[in-house]
Amino acid sequence: MSSSQLIDHDALAALREVMDEDFIQLIETFVSDSHAKINTMQRALAAGQSDELRRAAHSLKGSSSNIGASGLMNTCRQIEERAAASELRGLEHLLVDLQSEFSQVKQQLEIYC
Amino acid sequence: MLDDSAITVLVADDTDTDRLILEAIVRKEGHNVISVRDGREAVEEFEKCRPDIVLLDALMPELDGFEAAKQIKALAGEELIPIIFLTSLTDTPSLVKCLEAGGDDFLSKPYNRVILQAKIRAFYRMRTMNRTMLEQRDQIARHNEHFLQEQTVAKQVFDNITSGGNLNSSCLRYFMSPLAVFNGDVMVAASTPAGNLMVLLGDFTGHGLPAAIGAMPLATTFYGMVGKGYSMSDILAEINGKLKSILPVGLFCCATMVDVNFRKNTVRVWNGGLPAAYIYRLGGSIEQVKSNHLPLGILATKDFKADAALFQLHEGERLYLWSDGIHESRNSDGEMFGEERILAAFARNESRQCMFDELLAKVKGFVGEGEKSDDVSLIEILMAPSDIKPIGPTSSAHEPSRLAEWSLLFEVKPSSFAIFDPLPMLLSVLLEVPGLRNHSGTLYTVLSELYSNALEHGVLQLDSTMKADPQGFDRYYQLRKSRTEEVKEGYIRITLAHQTFAEGGCLQVTVEDSGPGFDVDRLKPEVSNDYSGRGLTLVESLCDSLEYHKPGNRVCATYRWRMDD
Repeated sequence: MSSSQLIDHDALAALREVMDEDFIQLIETFVSDSHAKINTMQRALAAGQSDELRRAAHSLKGSSSNIGASGLMNTCRQIEERAAASELRGLEHLLVDLQSEFSQVKQQLEIYC
Repeated sequence: MLDDSAITVLVADDTDTDRLILEAIVRKEGHNVISVRDGREAVEEFEKCRPDIVLLDALMPELDGFEAAKQIKALAGEELIPIIFLTSLTDTPSLVKCLEAGGDDFLSKPYNRVILQAKIRAFYRMRTMNRTMLEQRDQIARHNEHFLQEQTVAKQVFDNITSGGNLNSSCLRYFMSPLAVFNGDVMVAASTPAGNLMVLLGDFTGHGLPAAIGAMPLATTFYGMVGKGYSMSDILAEINGKLKSILPVGLFCCATMVDVNFRKNTVRVWNGGLPAAYIYRLGGSIEQVKSNHLPLGILATKDFKADAALFQLHEGERLYLWSDGIHESRNSDGEMFGEERILAAFARNESRQCMFDELLAKVKGFVGEGEKSDDVSLIEILMAPSDIKPIGPTSSAHEPSRLAEWSLLFEVKPSSFAIFDPLPMLLSVLLEVPGLRNHSGTLYTVLSELYSNALEHGVLQLDSTMKADPQGFDRYYQLRKSRTEEVKEGYIRITLAHQTFAEGGCLQVTVEDSGPGFDVDRLKPEVSNDYSGRGLTLVESLCDSLEYHKPGNRVCATYRWRMDD
């Protein structure tokens, strides 16, 4: 996956304009928020709690889309859909993908800070 | 009115990132933001701060967006609080759930600043409009309440005025809508001192209070004059004059007035502008009494004609009066009931007693169940032995103040001839006699002819033959004027003597003057030309007898009258 697809820089620029001085806080919030959500997802998958998993994926999907991280959003949607269908088998792979995508997005975002 | 800068937006989202973005977008537009993390907080903050618009995330801990929306809508009552669901849910059932919970719109992620701002503005406009509408609705409700209150008061006043009437005779049936007065329809009925029944059905142009206002003078005049024994033509002329002077141009009263004489089995009908009244004959035929006058309140008193048509009604025959309400009642197709259906209803009538109810039922059936037939006014008068007690001779014989027999002598002295006309005064004395009011016109003619003869030919010694040619006519009146002013001696003595009987009375009018008199014998029909212009033929025709006493300066007219004349 190329870095250009990880983040929609135009969207992020627009967001920076809206947020003004709060932009950095937004990025930090997104990063910590996403960390927490990914941890929640991993715990939920291990415990077989598909509903918990679905909620966290749904939430991260929303904030990823807002921040312009469309790759992250797509992965979250897949996880959310499978969790909603209670098809948890093989989801570990998607979570690993999610984890690595997030690390890359985080790197990209640090440019803005 | 609130302006855009004062819009307060409640944002409820449990994802910090999303909430931060929303807050920033909303604040950027200059609106106030209240920000919460879950549905429960959203409901609490809503109660506390009453924001204008609510942005709700659908999936939240504690209380989700759907339940929060329901509670907020319930708290808002009839006030419009737009709720926009923030959602990345895309499946139709989820969106339906948002709408069912009271959501007004959606905003999907990623949030678009332009779209969100457009939605906030649009919903705020809608909310302002809704608020204006509610205010106006409440205002209209208050006005309406006020209006109904006024109508109630006006109706009470009107009922008080009309309650003086005699509306509970078995010969009279009527149907008037409870708010008829506000449709412009008015009905008054009362019995005369002689025991006649007088009924007036009026239909004022226009509706509402203006029409009711015209009904007031009509009713008071009607009841006042009927009770005092005035004739129908006098009453109509008086009402017409009152309405003409009171009502603005364009507001008038179509009316039918009826004077029912139950002893003579006659009705007089005057119809000015209402649909033809029907006389339902015993054989089943219909005789129509069409309008041949202008409505009341249009013509000046001098042009007004109060002549009524006289009809003989046998016992059991009925007279129907109506305003145009029945004719113009419409069915659901907008078709009018019309005259043909009325005639058909009469043609199909089986029992005369039921005609009134049959006609009303036909109209109601035509208009349709549940529809208002507020404008319908119907009156039925039955010719039957009357149950109305005359307040005339029989019953009022017990009245202590009543004069059974009286006379008065009135003498006019020389200095008064030029400046005083005794006729109005004498006439007003005569009109105090119950029942004699109906004869005021005749009495006036008799008195004025006899008085002017006594003055002109007796006291002033004018020769009536002078009036034969135009020059003489002028000369006659010049002489009359100068001699009246110059006269130094002489008199006219008027004696009025009246006796009251059960059915009426007898009035004797004696006029005596100071003149030398004239040759009474020459007053024979073959030579009466000499006395042309003295109006004696007219007086003779009006009175029961007219006698001259030699030397011809005293004349005595006898006038017998009956209560029901």
